[in-house]
Amino acid sequence: MTNKPSKADKNHLPLGGVIPKGGTAHDYSTGGWRKLTPSVDKSKCTNCMICWVMCPDSAIIVEDAKMIGFDLEHCKGCGICAVECPDKISAIKMEEDKS
Amino acid sequence: MAITGTKGATGLTGNTAIAYAMKQINPDVAPVYPITPSTGIVEDFSSYVADGAVDTELITVESEHSAMSACIGACAAGARVMTATSSQGLALMWEMLYIASGMRLPIVLTDVNRALSAPINIHCDHSDSMGARDSGWIQIYSETVQEAYDNLFMAVRIAEHEHVLLPAMVCMDGFITSHAIENINLIGDDSVREFVGEYKPAHSLLDTGNPITYGAMTLPDTYITFKHQQSKAMAAAKDVAVEISAEFGRKFGRNYGLFDAYRLADAEAAIVILNSAAGTSKVAVDELRKQGKKVGLLRPRLFRPFPFEEITGALKHLKAVAVLDRVDSMNAFGGPLFNEVRSALYDLEKRPKVMSRIYGLGGRDYKVADAVGAFEEVLKAAATGRVETLQKYITL
Ligand code: SF4
Ligand code: SF4
Repeated sequence: MTNKPSKADKNHLPLGGVIPKGGTAHDYSTGGWRKLTPSVDKSKCTNCMICWVMCPDSAIIVEDAKMIGFDLEHCKGCGICAVECPDKISAIKMEEDKS
Repeated sequence: MAITGTKGATGLTGNTAIAYAMKQINPDVAPVYPITPSTGIVEDFSSYVADGAVDTELITVESEHSAMSACIGACAAGARVMTATSSQGLALMWEMLYIASGMRLPIVLTDVNRALSAPINIHCDHSDSMGARDSGWIQIYSETVQEAYDNLFMAVRIAEHEHVLLPAMVCMDGFITSHAIENINLIGDDSVREFVGEYKPAHSLLDTGNPITYGAMTLPDTYITFKHQQSKAMAAAKDVAVEISAEFGRKFGRNYGLFDAYRLADAEAAIVILNSAAGTSKVAVDELRKQGKKVGLLRPRLFRPFPFEEITGALKHLKAVAVLDRVDSMNAFGGPLFNEVRSALYDLEKRPKVMSRIYGLGGRDYKVADAVGAFEEVLKAAATGRVETLQKYITL
């Protein structure tokens, strides 16, 4: 777990576990839970965006209407993207995390 | 409401007094599900709502679990929230009680103490509130209708205090206090309004300009810190209770404090007992005092947090103490109040002998003769320095 709060932070955790503002999930790295890591072969990918729709963690990065990779700070390695990428294309592979 | 011949006093049952106090507090939201013997509170209060005497949003829910869930939602939205229940109702709220306290929501609940099933029974004992004693709620016990009425105002202030922010439960004995009419002194509406003030929540779920989350998952990296904060708040609640009770005494002339000590200062033997049965025991104290017996009584008011240092200070000179519980912990050892009191006394070099007596379960009468009987046992232990029976049922 990479997010252990420091002593100073601990004293300032908002009472009752309230999250006092929006968008904080982005700053909370959960990628450390991952066992398998996805990689994409862009020579096969058609940018159909099925993986982007199906990823439960919004971890598919899209820029200018193109699938360009994975947000590994939040990807849990579930492999849904690899299964959902159309069979004829199979652009995503899941591998043991090397990092 | 019955106006009595006693000057300045009003004859009210415990339930009508609590409903009247709620009317004076005028909470924003009251999710309710009536249950004997607290039904009168909900009935009376719903009339106040129907008559437009309060601004409260009364939510009629399908169970007590839902009542407490609605309390939590409304309080997280920034509302001042109150409810009332008894027995199985409090038991059904159990899961949500922990959520209310863990989220630090200062909800105020009146628990009209009633036995838990089985066998089913609608009469008084403390198995309901004692079952919730570790749920993170402040618990204040009341001997009389007057005290229950007064406690409700103090409960609001203690719960909402910035050093506390925990839910609070005011307990009174089912039927004995809830249904008996007592002449009490009411506080004027303006004085109540001034005393309880306006609730200013730190956050509100309805503040869409500042979106927040309540009830998020916490992992091993933070959960214990939130519990530590809650524990410190519970410890702080003791000092806050002393402060608020002193302010209440200054303003309205009724001084309560953490506990009620009756003829205790020069006593050798004492009973420790909660709620209405303390009144019966005080009669026994007076009778035995007339015979020259050095007996006294301590009635804790604040049970959560448990003011162990102050209670130890008040009991340390005694030779023997009987702690009377109107509930059995089913630990084959002693009632919950007994265990707390006995543990508090442990640090003394020279400590009184302590025994546990279970009385009055399911509304069984506890009479002056029962109190005298208990005192005779404590006096014997004081004289011999020996406790013959550590735990025993009385009033059987
Ligand atoms: S492995 Fe799972 S979490 Fe990671 S990108 Fe694919 S679908 Fe999203
Ligand atoms: S599902 Fe496959 S083909 Fe479609 S965008 Fe994702 S990686 Fe590319």
